[in-house]
Amino acid sequence: MDFLASLPHLVSWVIFLPAIGALVLLFVPSDNAVRWTSLGVTVLTFLISLGLWAGFDAEALSATGPQLVEQVQWFPGVDITYFVGIDGLNLLLILLTTLLGPIIVLSSWTYIGKQIKGYYALLLILETGVLGVFASFDLFLFYIFFELTLIPMYFIIGIWGGENRIYAAVKFVIYTLFGSLLMLVGVLWLGFAAGDAVNDGVFTTNWYTLVSYSIPLGAQTWLFLLFALAFCIKVPLFPFHTWLPDAHVQAPTGGSVVLAGVLLKMGTYGLVRFCLPFFPNAAQTFAWPIAILALIGIVYGALVAYAQEDAKKLVAYSSVAHLGFVVLGIFAFTTEALQGAMIQMVNHGLSTGALFLIIGMLYERRHTRLMADYGGIAKSVPILTFFMVFSVLASVGLPGLNGFVGEFLILLGTFKSEVIGGWAITLIATTGVIFAAVYLLTMLYKTFYGELDKDSPNATMPDLNAREIGLLLPLAVLMFWLGFGPAPFLEKSERTVNLLLETIETKRIAAIEAEREAVVALPLSADDLP
Amino acid sequence: MYASFLTDLAAAFPTVLVAVLGIVVVLYDSFRNDAPAIPWITGGGIAVALALELLHLGDPGEPILWNQLYAGGFASYVNSVILLGAFASVILSVPYLKRINRNYGEVHALILFATCGMMVLASSASLVSVFVGLETMSICLYVLTGLVREEPTANESALKYFLLGAFSTGFFLYGIALIYGATGTMVLAEMPAELEATGRTGFMYAGLALLLIGFFFKVSAVPFHMWTPDVYQGAPTTITGFMSTTSKAAAFAALILVLSQAMKGAELVAQWSVVIAAVAAVTMILGNVLAISQTNVKRMLAYSSVAHAGYVLTGLAAGTPEGYSGALYYLLAYTLMNLGAFGVMAALEWDDEQGAEQTLDSLAGVGYRKPILGVTMGVFMFALTGFPPLAGFIGKYMVFAAVVDSGDTWLAFVGVTASIVSAFYYLRVLVAFWMRSEEDSPERVRQSAFPVSNLTALVLVGCAVALLFFGVLPGGVLETTQSFFVEAAVAFGG
Repeated sequence: MDFLASLPHLVSWVIFLPAIGALVLLFVPSDNAVRWTSLGVTVLTFLISLGLWAGFDAEALSATGPQLVEQVQWFPGVDITYFVGIDGLNLLLILLTTLLGPIIVLSSWTYIGKQIKGYYALLLILETGVLGVFASFDLFLFYIFFELTLIPMYFIIGIWGGENRIYAAVKFVIYTLFGSLLMLVGVLWLGFAAGDAVNDGVFTTNWYTLVSYSIPLGAQTWLFLLFALAFCIKVPLFPFHTWLPDAHVQAPTGGSVVLAGVLLKMGTYGLVRFCLPFFPNAAQTFAWPIAILALIGIVYGALVAYAQEDAKKLVAYSSVAHLGFVVLGIFAFTTEALQGAMIQMVNHGLSTGALFLIIGMLYERRHTRLMADYGGIAKSVPILTFFMVFSVLASVGLPGLNGFVGEFLILLGTFKSEVIGGWAITLIATTGVIFAAVYLLTMLYKTFYGELDKDSPNATMPDLNAREIGLLLPLAVLMFWLGFGPAPFLEKSERTVNLLLETIETKRIAAIEAEREAVVALPLSADDLP
Repeated sequence: MYASFLTDLAAAFPTVLVAVLGIVVVLYDSFRNDAPAIPWITGGGIAVALALELLHLGDPGEPILWNQLYAGGFASYVNSVILLGAFASVILSVPYLKRINRNYGEVHALILFATCGMMVLASSASLVSVFVGLETMSICLYVLTGLVREEPTANESALKYFLLGAFSTGFFLYGIALIYGATGTMVLAEMPAELEATGRTGFMYAGLALLLIGFFFKVSAVPFHMWTPDVYQGAPTTITGFMSTTSKAAAFAALILVLSQAMKGAELVAQWSVVIAAVAAVTMILGNVLAISQTNVKRMLAYSSVAHAGYVLTGLAAGTPEGYSGALYYLLAYTLMNLGAFGVMAALEWDDEQGAEQTLDSLAGVGYRKPILGVTMGVFMFALTGFPPLAGFIGKYMVFAAVVDSGDTWLAFVGVTASIVSAFYYLRVLVAFWMRSEEDSPERVRQSAFPVSNLTALVLVGCAVALLFFGVLPGGVLETTQSFFVEAAVAFGG
């Protein structure tokens, strides 16, 4: 892997290789060739992205720039650059994205029956968009990639989705657009203000320059609200979550996996990357309200998931609950909780991704997702059942599997937190873990155990084929690995998380002192004297 | 004196060329009625003029012909946009006019004369040229609107356009008269100094207000937009594309010239920027909201182009070099995406009855039948909504950045809110094109097979690629447009 790390423009290759693949697809004639080309491109992207893991030296990360950095001037006269790189926050998410790439391609192999070329081209463009979001260190560039992900996802839901796909697709775009366009005004304001304050009057969207600018408290509040709204819709945090079940249920399996696996992470990642370090005071002021919304999301998501009859909808609502945990971890402002949130983003991508894949496989066999239509299928499809049980247990947070690590760290960090700390909040969050066990195990029971009706098609369902095992196996291995030995993964983000929290604390105190000085200095200004 | 006249004429050669070509086409047409060579002569001439303007893009702008016109720099840029739009319209019109049996030679002569008027308008250095250019352009457009002369709706829209246009011309002229009264000069660049000398600011305000009404009418800003939907719907589709893009580019260019040169006193700017900001806000909101309820796509695009006038006005409302240059970039993006959208709609009209009822329902599943139209329409719709990485996004970004910088953050909020609204109806077009099945469209439409000519496909793909190119690499255009306003004195030579 070391030789990969020395490739020139490694990050750019990882980001744009899928898009180049999408262009190549235009000239590929047959459907089968399209599938194999897409698989080849995504596998190649994954292999190259392993170079990022090898090339990233977590201990040597400086506070002034990312590693494997590439920066090119983009706009004339202003400080908007093509600026990508790797640090502890985005490394794992980028690898998660590139890993899910081939898995999604494989999962769509037979599921997608029409307009195959268009589907795979959009999928590849979507991968480029998501990778760009994670790798950007320029706010403007981030915004472009953030919006770019909407276009392919809109078509994937709207063309290859279920009955109600048009409604779901439009709702998905309008919701996200609402948040992100309002954020755009915030980006502009912030760019000019930071430019005047710390960049010789030149408009800037460079992440490091923006972080170095301590924003006045009043402006922090409304800027934070604009940014947080955009990201919380994407997460989605209760009460902005209503687009998610629609999008998930209507999307084809591949779309659901991208959505749950990485698209939602753009929201939580945005909160960590931008909201916390840019607006530390406002973030702490609003930590309580957001934590309460996250808690409501955890409990409400779990309760609604329990009431579902459609297995896919159940998993969709479980996402609301799980991401509530991540948001809680982010706003606890402790190393443990933030580390937990970072690792939980990856965990959720793996386990929920696997759940959606398996439900998609069942749907391909029986064309129904209602749990009542199944029952006892553990006997007819044992391998599928094995993977299902594995993923459910990981999702529930069984010690030894990945979900436990993230949830434990988040709960620990939240308990210790000085911002939103306390036993009450931890207790409520813990009930969420129990609820998750209840609804996921109930689903498992209703669908896979109990009596198998010998006359129904359930009894004659074929078990997983080699392709399906092949695409679930890496996920299962990683769920196990992250649960048993999470240290190598946590090490990658530890220094970055600590640097981030230090910056937040320094900036927070500086802003308060600046405000105090301004108040003290006020009567001394000449205009105010009688 | 004559030596300078000749060099000036050489500097204005592209404009002259277009005018002369118009006369040639009229003559040729009267000897060989509707000769098939006419569109090619027209297109070729416009292409030559475009190439010449592009060569002069880097020149410092300077006043020529006794302070009547500008050449080079700003004028070259806007003229290039206009000629680009005219060129694409002519090419798109060739198969379209044939299909609707309106392959008249005079169409091309009128397009040429209109283009000439627009170029004069966009490079005018005095209010006289503004008026001459405006009228030359408008009269040709009135006629072009009523091209399908047997059709009552076409006549209605032409008459409506003419009457309301004449009305607005009255305002415009009165405004010019008052401004002349206030300053004693018609030359834009001389006005600030003259105004200071005379001190007749009251006249100036009144004149500017009337002038603005005239401009608002021409760019179809709310509340002077009433004519737009009817006219855009009633006119032949490629002509709608032509007039909705190039005529707006020209009128906006003239407005920028008037504001940045004649009205640049700080007191004046403070007055008119409030007015323009208010009009921009109302235009963006109303244009987009009214577009939502439309089912006829041409009419919907008409309201959308009302809304887009609001976005350009947003850049002007900033009253800063960044605002003007952002608006100029926006005009290029808008020309490409709107012309493309109307081009697709024109290609979808495959008999002369169908155009009048081109509804979202009749377009169900059309993307699968004509992928080239479906894909390019996707690009145009996303560009019009303002999705990155297309040029439409950069345009919006530049004008919003300009108002945030000048302190009118509220206007940026209005703009983005309006954009969210607009996403709703632009996406609906794509829903019809790609997400609904063909079975939903009427049987008559389903059965008709229609070819997409290679020329049309070429122009549409060209527009789409250009939108992507200028969206990903906007640096060159932005540097050019910003250079016009760095030192206004140098750029305009005044």
